[in-house]
Amino acid sequence: MSDLNLKALYQEIILDHNRNPRNFKKMDDASCSVDGYNPLCGDHYTIFLKLDHDIIREISFQGSGCAISKASASVMSTVLKGKTRAEAEEWFEKFHHLVRGESNSGGSMDELGKLAAFAGVSEFPARVKCAILPWHTMKNALEEKKETVSTE
Amino acid sequence: MKTTGIMTKQTVFSLPLNQIRKDFPILSTNVHGKPLVYLDNAASAQKPLPVIDAIRRYYLTEHSNVHRGVHYLSERATGKYEAARSTVKKFLNADSEREIIFVRGATEAINLVAATFGRVNVQAGDEVLITELEHHSNIVPWQMLCEEKNALLRVAPINDRGEVILEEFDRLLSKKTKIAAISHVSNALGTVNPVKHMIEMAHRKGIPVLVDGAQAVPHMRIDVRDLDADFYVFSSHKVFGPTGIGILYGKAGFLESMPPYQGGGDMIKSVTFEKTIFNDLPYKFEAGTPDIAGAVGLAAAIDYINLFDWHVVEQHEQELLRHAQEKLAAISGLHIIGEAAEKAGVVSFIMDGIHPHDIGTILDQDGIAIRTGHHCAQPVMKRYGIPATARASFAFYNTREEIEALVKGVLNVKEIFGHV
Repeated sequence: MSDLNLKALYQEIILDHNRNPRNFKKMDDASCSVDGYNPLCGDHYTIFLKLDHDIIREISFQGSGCAISKASASVMSTVLKGKTRAEAEEWFEKFHHLVRGESNSGGSMDELGKLAAFAGVSEFPARVKCAILPWHTMKNALEEKKETVSTE
Repeated sequence: MKTTGIMTKQTVFSLPLNQIRKDFPILSTNVHGKPLVYLDNAASAQKPLPVIDAIRRYYLTEHSNVHRGVHYLSERATGKYEAARSTVKKFLNADSEREIIFVRGATEAINLVAATFGRVNVQAGDEVLITELEHHSNIVPWQMLCEEKNALLRVAPINDRGEVILEEFDRLLSKKTKIAAISHVSNALGTVNPVKHMIEMAHRKGIPVLVDGAQAVPHMRIDVRDLDADFYVFSSHKVFGPTGIGILYGKAGFLESMPPYQGGGDMIKSVTFEKTIFNDLPYKFEAGTPDIAGAVGLAAAIDYINLFDWHVVEQHEQELLRHAQEKLAAISGLHIIGEAAEKAGVVSFIMDGIHPHDIGTILDQDGIAIRTGHHCAQPVMKRYGIPATARASFAFYNTREEIEALVKGVLNVKEIFGHV
């Protein structure tokens, strides 16, 4: 049982994005950037967004943390590139439901695509905040809030 | 005292672990379907039956408020509470019960000293000296004091092994230093500081010393008079007692000179609206109804560990430590953080490419409880340039088999991350 849970949590796609995070760089000409911090485990990321009116033209991140948070930031960056503000907020909601194990995730696993890999997180309540840290940070950046996000 | 545990006074040369573990029922439980391997003792130790039963018995048959009523139960509760103070006094080898103050824990004890001794004695331009090894609870109260007083917080650095550099500590003890506050054992690295020597250094310059003993008390015999500590603090829950209670030991001379910490009932002799006469030691520092059941539980915990020979306990824990360090260090890509010559039962480690938080989650699925994170010692993490470590910490009830389980679990972590 527990080994199955672990396999569900540490899926190959998560391990891959942890090892080789995508869009893992500082963005010098970002429209906005916000820091996200998890004081309990020390996960610390900066999310950079380049907005063109309502569209996320570029998204990147920097920082360090556990495999779940780093893969979450990496996958998020690949999903949100080119999306509108409204779409990004929809994805935020979907991801939230998914990692909290709430069934009304507003989309089938197919629709969730790569994000479906994070479904296993819901079995690990202590790790939910790792997965959602980059997303909360991104949301604050979208809303142009400057204060550091903390998932505690 | 009649105990409900199965252990009786030991005169043996090795610990009867099977019997001891039966006194800690939680150690026989399963977690995620696997037998619990509890290696998070530096965060909080488990409780033996005699402690649990002493608290239950107290509430069943002995409870009332202390130092107040003339009725039977109040006298009974007062008797138990003061007997607990006596037990702690003997445990620390203090001079007198007057020097034993019940507080909520080591954190409150340090805050008490900073807010009373500190406020009176530390002025603008003065200095407070701590070390780079300290837990946040022995940093923040002093930082707050220094900010309030416009004083300077000085920090004695550690070397790469995680030992305080004594020459630097000595050099930083200056004419302006009003108090030095040092941990006996580092919670993050396990380093045992040579506190007796450090106290001597400070005393040569007339500087009083507070020792944070939270991590030392479960592992070694403490003799505050031999150490010549001016203040010594610890938490009950790390030494197999209940949470919510701890001890401030202070030399009577210092405690007498200090103003009260909190005002309220029990800490007074008489109150009029014009003037309050404060109570004598130790009650001056115990405003309000104390954690009576907590004191009773702590005394039961001390009675329990007094069943064992400290040399045998230390030997067993050192053997666990040696075994764990040897086995873990042999795993490629694993690095032990903190290699002081003298260590208590704590192994902090990191693994290449694997965050401690992931190590903790994977071990947990094997029923193995360790702590991951910065251990409330962020400056220590900064010193090593890492955000966090995984930390296994031992108590005398841990076994060699549990170390083997830890090592196996760590190898499984590597396998899951594909670092075979």
